[in-house]
Amino acid sequence: MAQVTLRKVVKAYDGGVQAVKGIDLDIADHEFVVLVGPSGCGKSTTLRMIAGLEEISDGEIAIGGRVVNDVPPRDRDIAMVFQNYALYPHMTVFDNMAFGLMLRKFDKAEIKRRVDNAARILEIGPLLERKPKALSGGQRQRVAMGRAIVRDPKVFLFDEPLSNLDAKLRVQMRTEIKKVHQTVRTTTIYVTHDQVEAMTLADRVVVMNGGIIEQVGPPQELYHNPKTRFVAGFIGSPAMNFIPGRLENGAGALRIHLPGDIVLPVPAERTDRYKALAGREILFGIRPEHLTEAKNLDRPHVAPMTATPEVTEPMGMETLVHFKIQGAEICGRVDPGASAHPGRPLPMAVDMSNMHILDPQSGRVL
Amino acid sequence: MSQGTLSSPVAPAVVSPQSTLRRLARRNSTVAFLLTLPLILLVLGLVVYPFFYALYLATLNKRMTRFIGWDNFTFLFGRQTFWDVVFQSVLFAVSAVVLKALIGFILAHVLHALPAKGQRKWRGMLLVPWVIPPAISTLAWWWLFDPSYSAFNWALMGIGVDPVPWLGTSGWARFSVILVNVWYGSPFFMIMYLAALKSVPDQLYEAAAIDGATGWQKLRFVTFPMMRNIISITVLFSLIVTFANFDIVRILTNGGPLDSTHVFATYAFQVGIQSGDIPLGATISLFMFPLLAVFAIFILRGVNRRNKEMA
Amino acid sequence: MSATAATSTYTPVERKQGSLKRERRWAMIGAYIALAVFVVFFMMPPFHMLMTSLKSSGEIADLSGNPWLVSAPTLQNYWELMTEGNYLIHFRNSIIVTACTVAITMVISTLAAFALARMKFWGSTTLATGVFLTYLVPETLLFIPMFQIIGGLGLYNNLWAMVLIFPTMTVPFCTWIMIGYFASIPKELDEAALIDGAGHLQMLWKIFIPVALPGILAAMIFAFTVSWAAFIYPIAFLVSSDQMVLTVGIVSDLIRADTFQWGKIMAGALMAALPPLLVYAFLMDYYIAGLTAGATKG
Repeated sequence: MAQVTLRKVVKAYDGGVQAVKGIDLDIADHEFVVLVGPSGCGKSTTLRMIAGLEEISDGEIAIGGRVVNDVPPRDRDIAMVFQNYALYPHMTVFDNMAFGLMLRKFDKAEIKRRVDNAARILEIGPLLERKPKALSGGQRQRVAMGRAIVRDPKVFLFDEPLSNLDAKLRVQMRTEIKKVHQTVRTTTIYVTHDQVEAMTLADRVVVMNGGIIEQVGPPQELYHNPKTRFVAGFIGSPAMNFIPGRLENGAGALRIHLPGDIVLPVPAERTDRYKALAGREILFGIRPEHLTEAKNLDRPHVAPMTATPEVTEPMGMETLVHFKIQGAEICGRVDPGASAHPGRPLPMAVDMSNMHILDPQSGRVL
Repeated sequence: MSQGTLSSPVAPAVVSPQSTLRRLARRNSTVAFLLTLPLILLVLGLVVYPFFYALYLATLNKRMTRFIGWDNFTFLFGRQTFWDVVFQSVLFAVSAVVLKALIGFILAHVLHALPAKGQRKWRGMLLVPWVIPPAISTLAWWWLFDPSYSAFNWALMGIGVDPVPWLGTSGWARFSVILVNVWYGSPFFMIMYLAALKSVPDQLYEAAAIDGATGWQKLRFVTFPMMRNIISITVLFSLIVTFANFDIVRILTNGGPLDSTHVFATYAFQVGIQSGDIPLGATISLFMFPLLAVFAIFILRGVNRRNKEMA
Repeated sequence: MSATAATSTYTPVERKQGSLKRERRWAMIGAYIALAVFVVFFMMPPFHMLMTSLKSSGEIADLSGNPWLVSAPTLQNYWELMTEGNYLIHFRNSIIVTACTVAITMVISTLAAFALARMKFWGSTTLATGVFLTYLVPETLLFIPMFQIIGGLGLYNNLWAMVLIFPTMTVPFCTWIMIGYFASIPKELDEAALIDGAGHLQMLWKIFIPVALPGILAAMIFAFTVSWAAFIYPIAFLVSSDQMVLTVGIVSDLIRADTFQWGKIMAGALMAALPPLLVYAFLMDYYIAGLTAGATKG
């Protein structure tokens, strides 16, 4: 049993600066949870408090039902994978993995059995006698994971483990981590600033910003139903577009009036939800993937719109078009076949079933 | 720890963890204190205490039976020999350090220009004077300066120059002690500058070359600014060490002829240990302190600044 | 460059390459000449030392011979040093004092540097600065009060007084550079060790010391050379030949009144210089690392 519970956890530094401002989080056994957010949002501090590397200023952290606030890291039964791997440079791969077991006085045969088993899972058997210096980045990453696996701890902690790898290897190791988790099923808390990593790996994603949790949920939920402007903007790439506008009630249907005389109809089934907002200033949110070349215009929720791209970026399977609506930078994703050229008006379609309406003051999704 | 675990579900986890944490922190501090204790004892017992003891000694009469206040200091101020020592110490330190810095700088530059493979070999040979203990190598110099057997004079006579009284007259003796000090200390400057030169990124020179800088301009606008800090640290450090030098003067001239080559350390040794006037010797040594303290403060500033730059 | 380019009559590209190459070659030749001059200057005393040490006293006294060369080399000076007199005792004393000093220095400064580099505690920054300032205190400032203190402890003219005092010359610098080396070890490494279950001393012994081994070696070499070369304390505190170390023993034993046994002095000096030279020759990189670390580390 290794659920992890955070209750009103605060990290305050001497100057009175709060890196973590009282967060609550329940992580279930076997769960893979990713803490994601921009740098300085408190995600690493939170992880380090769970690991016992930072003191907890206030609140309570429990691992497997035991409050660990005053338990030193070695007695918390956790293992951690660091961003720079933190392999002991003077020890072989085997010794690196065995070190924690050795300090815990496991007998030799058991150490060997566990190391060999981890090496098999991670496919690093032939490297056991090498020193970290002689390993590639991906191999070091595997050894760092091996060091965690052999301990068979209650919780795995990952602190941005892939940021030192190049893009291609990162994708590969991401899969690897997921595979390992599916094999060993250990509760995992994973910190990253990369929302793609968060989305692909997590059972649940915790989006943090400015020392608080913005939203917790499965990746799809965060994508489709973000609760705040921050989450809406952080999850998904390219980021969601936000355009200031006004919601008007006209002839029984709600319409969104955007600058430049753009009027977009709100789908009928959302009328009840937004009715009360009629006549108010709002922030209209739409993801680039729902802002495409003119297609499916016959469908009920798709509205036409014309834009003049300033820049186009062909990506291969799609082309990103950037344009402006009254100063707001907007990005759309169009088919490479649609003839999108800078400076030439382009008929586009807005999939209104995927729109969001936000309160421009609080940033909450309404 | 177990206390914290038991009590926290009841008490809202604020009171007890704080105190245990503090206890943990205190235990950490205790370990740290124990680890540094030998160092602290050493510094207090064998550096700080002797220093204050020296201050105390300086206020005693020759037989150390009576407190005489500033009399040792005023006595020294009235002695011509003392002022000669002050003059010679400054002359010795300043001229030796300037020469060492200059030679070190030239050598470092020349070495830096060599291909990496040959560099090692030359550097190896050029550092030898620094590696031999000065008390040992000065013996060789002493022998080279010998009045009747001087190998230098033999060579000079070979080219028709009159023999030089290396250690025999005040002027030449002063020259000789400085020469030996320069011989011993230049490699240190060389190695420091070489390290500094190597830390200047090549791209800077490439950028300067593309901007149209000549060799001299590169030196003036790239090398010097990047090395300024380490140059000043090395010079100040060497000023301290040279100013407080003992070995070379003691072996070569023992202060002679006519006390003209005495520096503070050898004079203090002669007065304090050899003539047995310990308070007066301690007083002489102490005169070094204010100057050294000023240098030390500047070095510390330089080192701190450099660390900030490197960080 | 510009001068040669201006007189160019051939195709510019070839001409330019040629002048660059030639200029570089001349610069190289100039560099080698400068180096050679200084190598001669720097090597002259040790060379003359070697030549003299190979001469018989007769050849040394012969004013008509070339002092720079030896005509009838003999190992007699070395042989006499080894078989008669106190030279071997001095050598042994130097070894004892240096070995003890290095051991004491390494224990004190490793422990202190570990605490100062990794555990923030009350006064740790002040202490680190104090250590550096202590390193700048020359021994010539304190040898007179030290003379009294050693006398008070009853250690005057006693070899072990050196073992007590020499660490004051070595510990501050060694601590200072080791703080630098330890501080350069990534913090994640001790956090990993902490999570792996290591205590403070295990961390020092199993992680810090092996990882910082090059730095520790550099500090050891520094302590060794300082202790081997120490002069003012031995000459002030040691008076009887059987207690002396090499730096003072050679002169005191081989100069009787006005008779200088130069051949033996030079042979003794050369052998005394050998240990640091050997350490330097075989561990040059660590030696230089220790030398330059003071200004760049910590």
